[in-house]
Amino acid sequence: MKPRSFDYVRVKSLAEAVIALARHGTEAKIIAGGQSLVPLLNMRMASPAILVDINALAELRGISLEGGSLRIGALVRQAEAEGSVEIAKHAPLIAKALPYIGHFAIRNRGTIGGSIALADPAAELPACLLALGGEVEIEGAKGARTVKADDFFKDLYETALGPGDVLIAIRIPVPSKDMRFGFSELARRHGDFAMAGLAACRDGKSARLAFFGVGSTPLRAKKAEAALAKGSLEEAVAVLDHDLDPPDDIHSSGKVKLHLAKTLLRRIAPELAA
Amino acid sequence: MKIADDLPSALTALDRPNSYIGRSVPRPNLARLMQGRGQYVSDLALARMAHVAFARSPHAHARIKKIDAAAAKKTPGVIAVVTGPELAKVITPWVGVLSHLKGIKSAPQHAIAIDRACWQGEAVCAVVAKSRAEAEDAIDLLDIDYEELPVVTDAETALDAKTLVIHPELGDNLTFERKHEAGEVDKAFKEADAVVEATFVFGRHTGVTNEPRAIVAYWNEGEQRLTVYQGTQAPHMMQNLFAKHLSLAEHQVRVVTKDVGGSFGIKVHTYADEMATVALSKLLKRPVKFVADRLESFITDIHARDHRVKAKIGVKKDGTITAFEIDDLTGIGPYSVYPRTSGIEANQVVNLVGGPYKCPNYRALARVVFQNKNVMCQYRAVGHPIATAVTEGLVELAAAKIGIDPLEMRRKNLIPDDGYPCAGASGIKFEKLSHHAALEKLVKMMGYEKLRAEQAELRKKKIYRGLGFASFIEVTNPSAAFYGVGGAKISAQDGATLRLDAQGALIVHSGVTEQGQGTEAVLAQVAASAFGIAIERVRVVTGDTDNTPYGGGTWASRAAGIGGEAAWQAGKALRQNVLAVAASILQSEPKALDIRNGLVVDADTGRERITLDEVARVAYFRPDTLPPGFQAELVATRHYVPRAWPFAFTNGIQASYLEVDIDTGFVKLLRHWCVEDCGTVINPQLVDEQIRGGIVQGIGAALYEHCIYDERGQLLNGNMADYLVPMAGEMPDMEIGHVVSPTADSELGAKGAGEAGTAGAPAVVMNAINDALRPLGAKIITEMPATPGVVLKALGRV
Repeated sequence: MKPRSFDYVRVKSLAEAVIALARHGTEAKIIAGGQSLVPLLNMRMASPAILVDINALAELRGISLEGGSLRIGALVRQAEAEGSVEIAKHAPLIAKALPYIGHFAIRNRGTIGGSIALADPAAELPACLLALGGEVEIEGAKGARTVKADDFFKDLYETALGPGDVLIAIRIPVPSKDMRFGFSELARRHGDFAMAGLAACRDGKSARLAFFGVGSTPLRAKKAEAALAKGSLEEAVAVLDHDLDPPDDIHSSGKVKLHLAKTLLRRIAPELAA
Repeated sequence: MKIADDLPSALTALDRPNSYIGRSVPRPNLARLMQGRGQYVSDLALARMAHVAFARSPHAHARIKKIDAAAAKKTPGVIAVVTGPELAKVITPWVGVLSHLKGIKSAPQHAIAIDRACWQGEAVCAVVAKSRAEAEDAIDLLDIDYEELPVVTDAETALDAKTLVIHPELGDNLTFERKHEAGEVDKAFKEADAVVEATFVFGRHTGVTNEPRAIVAYWNEGEQRLTVYQGTQAPHMMQNLFAKHLSLAEHQVRVVTKDVGGSFGIKVHTYADEMATVALSKLLKRPVKFVADRLESFITDIHARDHRVKAKIGVKKDGTITAFEIDDLTGIGPYSVYPRTSGIEANQVVNLVGGPYKCPNYRALARVVFQNKNVMCQYRAVGHPIATAVTEGLVELAAAKIGIDPLEMRRKNLIPDDGYPCAGASGIKFEKLSHHAALEKLVKMMGYEKLRAEQAELRKKKIYRGLGFASFIEVTNPSAAFYGVGGAKISAQDGATLRLDAQGALIVHSGVTEQGQGTEAVLAQVAASAFGIAIERVRVVTGDTDNTPYGGGTWASRAAGIGGEAAWQAGKALRQNVLAVAASILQSEPKALDIRNGLVVDADTGRERITLDEVARVAYFRPDTLPPGFQAELVATRHYVPRAWPFAFTNGIQASYLEVDIDTGFVKLLRHWCVEDCGTVINPQLVDEQIRGGIVQGIGAALYEHCIYDERGQLLNGNMADYLVPMAGEMPDMEIGHVVSPTADSELGAKGAGEAGTAGAPAVVMNAINDALRPLGAKIITEMPATPGVVLKALGRV
């Protein structure tokens, strides 16, 4: 449980980070909170040649309202987000989800950007971003770009981020007054990755349902969303059979996960009602 | 019998002035540990110390065709690369058998595999380097050529003719078998009004210690002496084994055990990697350190349970139990663990099933088989959780079948409190138990009727809560009957040496050990009480084979009952020695004097006569002033071993109140109770916390912990993210009560309490889940852990 040796650079600017990443390509890994990366290093399941430490980058910090959207810097710690008035007010779905992430000690170090960039399929924040229709700000060798959440999560631990990219911030559209949010997950112990989870929001008829822990990425249940738009919860629950096809994992079968996903939708539905 | 917190205690030999017996005295080592000043082997560094890491087989069963270490040897920091055949020149192999377990067999196990690895995780090569990281770097560069062999993983088919025999020289995969028959079983089943059968499945799990296994071995070539700093429960046992397998005399080996970060039975066995570390130190003539990391802990620390028990109970309409029958099968990995063997758990299951009850008709078959998985051996409450869950599961299923209250069923069948001494159907002997008093106390503590009413009320609102119970017995204070008679050099007796220091303080050396449960507090309390001194002036030394009396250590709930009694007797003896000196100084008679609160006083009036430091001053520095021919002896040693009973059985009853979410299969634990009778309670807080900790480990088995293997013998969840240890957030409040039936075998009267919680908790959780689901017509759950998937399946929801 000792990592292989690696080089380490603590970059002082975003430009420096992008240069370092470009130079080392796939040999480099970004370290911020380290809550997933450090165990992987210790178990020798990851052995990058160099760690690029971005913790000194002030431009990746802060939570702000910018032109109708809430911008959360990648380096915002999950614990800091938990205490944020702006997030509570403008992204209540994220506020609901944060206490489910690991434990206090993990949230003290773990970052918002790290969770999105790693894209663990059973993690809370990627599903929230997807449910909220948010965007991801990326800085890379070819400059800055923005990717919609719907296009960001590609496959298991695979995102729109390339080897030279730095996730800068996420942006959440400020919700209308009528927007309703629901969040719930089922984990054997508090703080574990969920067996199944659901981050959802609804504005009038239109609903966005992002399930997590039931596939390779957080997943929109679009047939169920359509059924909810028609006003039929029972149909929405039934069509999850087509939206989701959870694989078995060591703790439960896919069948159990699908059952739990349906239960979550039923339980969250009242919170989504106007 | 007395109920501890209801009645004032009768005055006994234990109720000396300034007695600490029965008081929740804080542990003397608490401040040190809380300040992070513990002395754990994991933190130990010696000059010239090297670190060893092991290449471990990635396969469950494989021939080692070639190990090419050329590149590894050139890695920076590497001191030596050592294979199994090379190390076998320094250390001999061992076979984990005991002569009193008739027919038990196993194959020789080496410190490092010679030519074949028999489980995923078995060490196949050692790398010694200046740091652990450098050793791991070198392991990356070892080129090991394996030829995968067929595997035996399913215990159910391990004995089939077409299954590979793991050790061909043994003839088959049967490690051990025990059959037992008492009374008239067939007749009793025929006479029963109802017979209930069930198959109970207990998942394989392990004891996750806070500090992993850790050892530093130092062979001093100049002294021809080996010093081993080890986190172990049994220093003298390890001294014997290190000496035996390194071909040394025992006096050439010193085992030092300071602070140990939890054991739970994990650290009372011989581990090949620890034996290898000791052998490497001898080979390289320098200190070598090994600390198991969390990943190797999961694949090498002994696993436990993994039993499949087909079981049957016969019952009359009035609730009388007519017979029990069990067929237990357990797979224990490729080797019986040395020196305690892997046959003990199944043997205990046979001993303990039906144990609380009068029923004389009992048939049991237990079979223990080899398989290519990590080894299994004794972990906290050995066999008890299985026997209790089977017995109490059957009792509640039978009660439900004939429509009788589960507590009524027990009242009818539990051995009466005035029925002792007596023997159980398995042949175990009971001195004095208190099942009925414990049950009635539990009923009162929990408010049984009110909870039943609440349960009924909530069911109308589709909230499904359940109550589950388990009466149980626990093996404690083992005599030589446990291991000694089988030929293992594991001491059943234990000793204490008490010395008055030159300022009149008391120094206690004991053969039992401390792994975080408070042994040293208990020893200090007992010694202070017996001698007559304030506990602040008592210093306890344990865990050093050079400096403590020969003893067994701490396991099988023996430290307080056996080590405590030795300290009690030594305290009394030293008091007499000191009073002889005092009487000589005061020209009085020893019997006219006593020691109270650190002063020598007149026995009659309590008037102060002389201080202890004055007695010590005279004895040590001015013996010339004492009468000619008088020699002060300010040291006393006493030993103790239970003789009247092979084991001091204890008893108790637990209850669980929980809620099942029938849509998710999740179980929410609401409350938990335990009433336990461990005889004299020396430190109520330590006993209660032992029981609470034990309950948590039992709940782990019931709901969370599971070493999940695939059919190829690969452990799929050997890490702290995927192996679910119980966490505080999910644990219920636990209320603990006591009934006190002291053992007459010792003056102290203390029996063990360390495993009671673990013995009963899995059974009560299982029973409570079944009680919750009963009105829904769910299938009975007899599988542990009861995951959400298991519960949903029983409900027919998936």
